[in-house]
Amino acid sequence: MLNYIWLGLVLCSIVVGTVNGRLKEVTEAAFQMAETSVTIAIGLIGIMSLWLGLMRIAEKAGIVRFLAWLLTPLFKLIFPEIPKGHPSLGSMLLNISASWLGLGNAATPLGLKAMEQLQELNPVKDTASDSQVTFLAINTASITIVPTTIIAVRASAGSANATEIIGTTIFASGCATIIAILASRLLRHFFPVRKEASHD
Amino acid sequence: MTEILRSAINILSEALVPLFIAVVPLVAMIRGVKIYEQFVEGAKDGFNVAVRIIPYLVAILVAIGMFRASGALDWVAGAIRPLTEAIGMPAEILPVALMRPLSGSGSLGLVTELINTHGADSFIGRLASTLYGSTETTFYVLAVYFGSVGITRSRHAVLAGLLADATGVLAAVFICRVLFL
Repeated sequence: MLNYIWLGLVLCSIVVGTVNGRLKEVTEAAFQMAETSVTIAIGLIGIMSLWLGLMRIAEKAGIVRFLAWLLTPLFKLIFPEIPKGHPSLGSMLLNISASWLGLGNAATPLGLKAMEQLQELNPVKDTASDSQVTFLAINTASITIVPTTIIAVRASAGSANATEIIGTTIFASGCATIIAILASRLLRHFFPVRKEASHD
Repeated sequence: MTEILRSAINILSEALVPLFIAVVPLVAMIRGVKIYEQFVEGAKDGFNVAVRIIPYLVAILVAIGMFRASGALDWVAGAIRPLTEAIGMPAEILPVALMRPLSGSGSLGLVTELINTHGADSFIGRLASTLYGSTETTFYVLAVYFGSVGITRSRHAVLAGLLADATGVLAAVFICRVLFL
């Protein structure tokens, strides 16, 4: 699917860019975003190391397993294929709690840790497993109880009540999360894992 | 009541990280873990993970950057405007809804602009704020999360993510119309 989206985006940009006379801007954007990607990735190194270090300690101390065990009843419904008490459940809990609280730069490293642990259970390494798709979908919908960035923008624009959008945000992101879980569950049969295709 | 809840949430979100950083090593030490060695061992992966996601980020962000620069987003907006107006979404909001899954900084820029033009406490300002907070930058999350473990075949992840985004937009319009209009 990503193949088609990628080709679609690129072809669209060239065609529309030509028609709009913005071909030069399109080319510039391509080079600039390539550079931005590296800046983003390099910027992640420090914060990534900090959280992965802490997570390693938490794992060795059995804290991640304890959290996983706590959450097993709820996660059994959402991730039926993950074995009971698997550490990925603990990491996913930490990732989801961090994004609920609007702690974006803690959420990403914790989510990547969870993704790595889910990858251990994944039989076909280049293809996303059912749990990985569900986990990703939950993250793209991401319930946020404290949308920190937008509250700051509103406050600086002189809002009388910068936090009044908390309730509406929880409602909208809650709906999005429910659909994310349902969609990843219902659509999985239309996108089966193909083992033999892993080298093309 | 909401005031108490709000300050409770604020305290929680401020205290949680320091608490985590203090409690985890403490518990680990009590349980006999060599915390310094283990921290360094885990932190070693930080560099590798960050470097590993670079090709995936370049692929996704370049395609999205080109798409944005070409002005194709305006065409899409023009095509679906009748549909979004029918459900009561103001025309000003549509670009934000389309930009949100593609670019975090791009959509934040649009929201900030709307808030500055229409006022943070206007209907448009409140709806744009809700919209921004209610979904994530789907394609960025996909590139980073799947890229970090080398997954190229994403199966239905994009579709599920975009359906969630669309739901977030519809739900935001609905709840803001009910509460703020």
